[in-house]
Amino acid sequence: MDPYVLKTLNEERRARRAAVLVTDLGDGRDRIVREGDHVAGDLGAAIANAFRTGNSQSVEAEGRTFFLNAHLPRPRLVVIGAVHISQALAPMARIAGYPVEIIDPRTAFATPERFPDVALHAEWPQDVLKRAPLDSYTALAAVTHDPKIDDFALKAALDARCFYVGALGSRKTHAKRVERLLALGAGADQIARIHAPIGLDIGAASPAEIAVAVLAQTIHAFRSRGLEAKGAVA
Amino acid sequence: MNESIYLDEARDPLIIAEGWMKDGKDVAIATVVETWGSAPRPVGSHLVIDADGNFHGSVSGGCVEGAVVTEAMDVIGSGKARMLEFGVADETAWQVGLSCGGRIKVYVERLG
Repeated sequence: MDPYVLKTLNEERRARRAAVLVTDLGDGRDRIVREGDHVAGDLGAAIANAFRTGNSQSVEAEGRTFFLNAHLPRPRLVVIGAVHISQALAPMARIAGYPVEIIDPRTAFATPERFPDVALHAEWPQDVLKRAPLDSYTALAAVTHDPKIDDFALKAALDARCFYVGALGSRKTHAKRVERLLALGAGADQIARIHAPIGLDIGAASPAEIAVAVLAQTIHAFRSRGLEAKGAVA
Repeated sequence: MNESIYLDEARDPLIIAEGWMKDGKDVAIATVVETWGSAPRPVGSHLVIDADGNFHGSVSGGCVEGAVVTEAMDVIGSGKARMLEFGVADETAWQVGLSCGGRIKVYVERLG
């Protein structure tokens, strides 16, 4: 392995950016491909697949054998709001492989008794996100219904290109939210990425059912990353 | 289950390999590149080895690491990468194998 390649790969991994290490098993030459880099042909298709699935594998392309080692940051889910939905969402998301962090400045809501074994911040989102910024391997669900708490986090999630951004509230509520986000300087195309009303349409009624819908939508967004440009995702 | 979203720097084989390199050590990196059947470690797993035989990580959960370390010494010496294949241990006394019945292919290369 090329020392510079190793150094670069570790830099990417530390910064929570996805990278695929491509090694030609015939001559040992290797290189780093970052998400979004263009690689032509069969090799490019295999690399795109490695980014989407996170699976590493050997592939035959151009008469050679390559090993693709996919290094994807661990996805996580940041939930704004220590509410009833979040109580159901946190354990389910963790089981599905998406560690959860919950942020809510309302100390009556954000208590360890209500959220055992969850990373919980009884602080304003602007303070927490300054310390631990959002990134493209983070999903954000805003479920407080309170613009004072949700709006900043939503804008930050759009700017950080979070792979999923969802916001609780009816279409009417969301229409008002769109106005506020525009006023905060968000672009219309950015705002269009927000899933609102939140969650896959499974007819969810109870808080726990809404949590299932949010988790399913998060997983769908994660597994279809990079397909938006090809129009494969609605 | 490790739930941290950040690298476990103290235990991450590729971080350790980079540290060894910065310390001026010769290093080999072994990678699982293919598995068949029930393999103990997934494709992409690493074992990193320095010239003194120190190692971190795993390619099989302990079954074949000894053999990989021995091969890695040769790879560090020659600079020539090798592809190793391990299956179920057979009658050949000196051969190591995987007790789980799977087969794995391990690519061993020198760093630099």
